[in-house]
Formats: sequence, structure tokens, C-alpha cells
Amino acid sequence: MNTKEQMEERLWDYIDGLSSPEEKTTISALIAANLEWQRKYTELLDIHQLMDSTELEAPSMRFTKNVMEEISRYQVAPATKTYINKNIIRSIGAFFLLMIGSILIYFFGQMQGGDSGSSPQVTQFSQTLQNNLNKFNWSKIFNSTYMNVFLMINVILALVLVDMYLQRKKQQSSH
Amino acid sequence: MPVMNTGLTDKEIISRILLGESALFAVLVERYQNYVFTLVLRFTDSREDAEEISQDIFVKSYRSLADFRGESKFSTWLYTVVRTSCITFLRKKKLDTTSIDNERTLIQLENRESGFKANAIEQKSRHAMVNEAIRLLSPDDAQVITLFYQGEQSLEEIGRIMGLDPNTVKVKLHRARHRLKDKMEKYFSQEVSELQSD
Repeated sequence: MNTKEQMEERLWDYIDGLSSPEEKTTISALIAANLEWQRKYTELLDIHQLMDSTELEAPSMRFTKNVMEEISRYQVAPATKTYINKNIIRSIGAFFLLMIGSILIYFFGQMQGGDSGSSPQVTQFSQTLQNNLNKFNWSKIFNSTYMNVFLMINVILALVLVDMYLQRKKQQSSH
Repeated sequence: MPVMNTGLTDKEIISRILLGESALFAVLVERYQNYVFTLVLRFTDSREDAEEISQDIFVKSYRSLADFRGESKFSTWLYTVVRTSCITFLRKKKLDTTSIDNERTLIQLENRESGFKANAIEQKSRHAMVNEAIRLLSPDDAQVITLFYQGEQSLEEIGRIMGLDPNTVKVKLHRARHRLKDKMEKYFSQEVSELQSD
């Protein structure tokens, strides 16, 4: 199980402090008992310390002055989110809600029987709606390739948006 | 990371800049100029280019400072500007150095390596040697190592700014360190053994 690569990975985790307490104990014991582990640990620790001790490169002495001279010609731009008009987002939302609502009404209208408890006005409205919807040739729309592609794009976009939203939530909760 | 002694945190400084105290931006530049300059040097060999790009990064950051919402560290946010600016710069120069698998990158890397071979006789300090070994890596490997060690970013933060899962970053970091070790053994073996015997 302990290939050379796995050994290195476990040792790097140990050096970086990413190992679990149990794993830490196991690795400590392995380093103490096993010569191969000990040798590898010393080697990786040397590299780690070498990298840890390196300093950042520095630009020229005039750097800050140059930047400040440059920014004096500019102003801070307003935040990006204020560019997006909320009315546009609301309109798009309303459009989709309307679509979903129409489809639901249509399906409820298709339901037969079991309406004995509903009022005569509701039944009349439902029948009128059903008649009107039945007159409409839905197959022309839903059998069209363009419509299918459009619906598919919408579904993909919706999934992307949900994914972005969930990732943002996850990031916020991790802070 | 050097911190200029103003007693103000990055977020406080940014709030005051947004309220009109633009001169305070100099404090942020002082704090992060080495960080930005080093990261840019991982993308380009030329110090002149790196300085020009770094300057441009700070100007862009200043202009879009209102977009910094304080959800992450300022250095993390700044890195996103570094990455975009460097990629744009490389595209302009028609140098695709984003992947080690890219054939052109390998050619560039070989050229860089041969150059380093010629200079390897020169005695190098510990700091210069590691930095030069890092520069022999692909930009992606060099970025991960620089962010982790010199930028003091956690795996989660690196993941966030590179759009990767922290576990993927961990694997990338392991591989980058492995490749760095190979480079150091190949080109700086004498210096490494001298350092180890110190």
C-alpha cells in the first residue's frame, strides 16, 4: 500500500500540519522506527524549510511613487453589482413565473373528475380554459427543435445558476 | 508578508480610500508590492515587464476597489487581478504559458533551463537559488508554491482564487514541490548539498 508517492504525500501532509491527530501519531511512530521514512522526512523537511525561508522579490525603489502618480489620474469606479438593474432581473423572474403558472393552470385544467367540492365559477373558468387550451396546437410548439433547444438551454442555465448560488452559500458559511 | 506600521487593517484602509482618502492606497502598495511583483515574476522572466504589469495591477485594483466586499483577504482578491492581468499580458505577447503540457511551454522551459545551466557555476544564495528553481517550473506550479509559501495563503484560499477544490490544490502543491525538488537536484545539486551540510 505504501508506495513511494503515497509516503511522500503523507509526509507532506504531516509537515504542512494537515494530518489528522491519529495520522500524526502514526507518522511520528513511522519516522521514529523506520529508517526509510526517517530519511525521506528529513529530505522533505529540508525542502520545506528552504522554501519557507525564501523572501519575496522586490520591485524598484520608485515603485510606490510610480503607482501613486498613475492612480492620481483615475477615480475608484462604482461597484459592479450596482451596474445591474434589478428591474431587469425581476422582469426575467416574472416571465418565468408566468410561464410556470400557465403550464400549471393547463395541467390542472386537464385533470378530470374529483372537482365536486369546487364552486361553479371555478369549474366554469376551468372548463373555458381547458377548451381554449385544447384548441391550441401545442404539439407544433413542443415538437419543434428550436423550442426543445431553447428549453434545454434554459434548464442548463438554471442548473448553472443554482450551482453558483450553492457554491456562494457554501463559501459564505465557511468564512 | 511585510506590514506597514499604520495600525490599520486592510479593510479599514479600503473603507477610508472609498470615502475619499486616496493617498492611503500607498499603504496597500507598500504592503503588497513584493507579493504582487513576485507573483508576476512567475509569469514573466523580465523584471522590467514584471514591474510594468505590477504597476498596472495596482492601478486596476485601485479602480475596482469598490468591488472588494471583504469576504476574503485583500491579498486573495488582489491575486485574482494578478492572474487576469498576467494572462492578458501573456496573450498579448502570444505566449501561452498556462499549461506545462503545452508544447510551446516546453520549448520555452527548455530554453530557460539551458540558460540556467550556463549560469549554474555561479554561486547562489539560498534565497536566489530557490527563486530561480521556482522560475524553472511551469507558471501554474510556480504560482501554487509562491502562494502557499511566500503569499502565506491556505489551500482553501488558493482553491478559491484559482477556482479549484482545496484537495486539487493539495495534489497540485505536492506535484509542484516534487518537480521543484527534481529541478533543484538537477541544476543546483552542489548548492543543495552545501546547504544541507551547513
